[in-house]
Amino acid sequence: MAERTTRVRVPAKARRGEIIQIKCMIMHPMENGFRFDTQGTFVPIHLINTFECRYNGEEVFRTRLGTGMAANPLLTFNTIATESGTIDFRWYDDDGSQHTAQARIEVE
Amino acid sequence: MRRPRLGSTMRTLMLAIACIAAATSVPAAAPTDDLARYPVSGRRSGYTYLSPETRAQQKDEFANPGMLWVEQGERLWSLVPDKSKAQAQSCVGCHGDAAKSMRGVAARYPAFDRGEGHVVSLEHRINACRVKKQGATPFAWESQGLLAMTAYVSRQSLDMPVSVKVTGPAARSFERGRTAYYQRRGQLDMACAHCHEERTGARLRAEVISQGQINGHPVYRQLWQTMGSAQRMFAWCNDAVRADPYAYGSQEYTDLELFVKWRGRGLPVETPAIRR
Repeated sequence: MAERTTRVRVPAKARRGEIIQIKCMIMHPMENGFRFDTQGTFVPIHLINTFECRYNGEEVFRTRLGTGMAANPLLTFNTIATESGTIDFRWYDDDGSQHTAQARIEVE
Repeated sequence: MRRPRLGSTMRTLMLAIACIAAATSVPAAAPTDDLARYPVSGRRSGYTYLSPETRAQQKDEFANPGMLWVEQGERLWSLVPDKSKAQAQSCVGCHGDAAKSMRGVAARYPAFDRGEGHVVSLEHRINACRVKKQGATPFAWESQGLLAMTAYVSRQSLDMPVSVKVTGPAARSFERGRTAYYQRRGQLDMACAHCHEERTGARLRAEVISQGQINGHPVYRQLWQTMGSAQRMFAWCNDAVRADPYAYGSQEYTDLELFVKWRGRGLPVETPAIRR
């Protein structure tokens, strides 16, 4: 069972123009491809290679993650609350799959 | 003469400390960092050995990576594992709201199981439910599913004092656990007690040796970069003294788990704790 639990935190409400902090986390081993297990078998590389965040479809944050990241990466970043809508999170996995999450924000 | 002088020295000293405390702009640890609750009658949770940053991470429900497993366990709680079976039902079918029905459970496990006729750990109990009540295949030990379920169930007992029953039918198991704890093993010829009783607070290379309490298990261990049960910790420790570990879920480890849990009686349940 390789379920990738994701968690996101976006303020439910914000004033227009306010800087808001967004946090997100994904359950992932972030295997760096340099390791051998206890039996001496090579553990192949398996990372989240890219993360992106879109605010009402517009990209507000994108990053590439590498071998130096710890497992279950927690990302924190800021953006400006412009209008009510959805914030989409997308993690790109080395195995070709994508993991998504969504949050809603109300801007007054 | 002496007394007032001593008193005034103390006052000056305290004033100086207060000034230093006020002057340093180091951000205080998180307001939820209630360190004083974690030693109980000389028994110290592994929490008290952590850096302020790691303690803050454990207390922060978002930053604590162990909560990923707790959330997954919450989903599994209301999920029917095998719909093809006649007795197909989720945990909710019998136990309802985990916040009520599972409160305090982790604090009293491992416990004697009348049906099994021996002491079982929480992991055994969850798997027994899966097999008997849900008609599903048991989780493998240390699988993501079992860790998620154990973490979720244990989380319901957060801050409750550990209190396992070691008398009556559990007494024999408890005594075997105690014997194992003081039994030398492995090429290094060391018992659990040599580090975790006699040398707590000393250093093992860069690490401070803790009392080896398991009130926060399953824990998110930074070394493993994942969750692990108390028995994985035992196996890891056995391996460290170059002893052959017992199998996960074996009676030997379950007895030891009972004894080690009893050593930390009164300590608050911390699951999911973060440990180095």
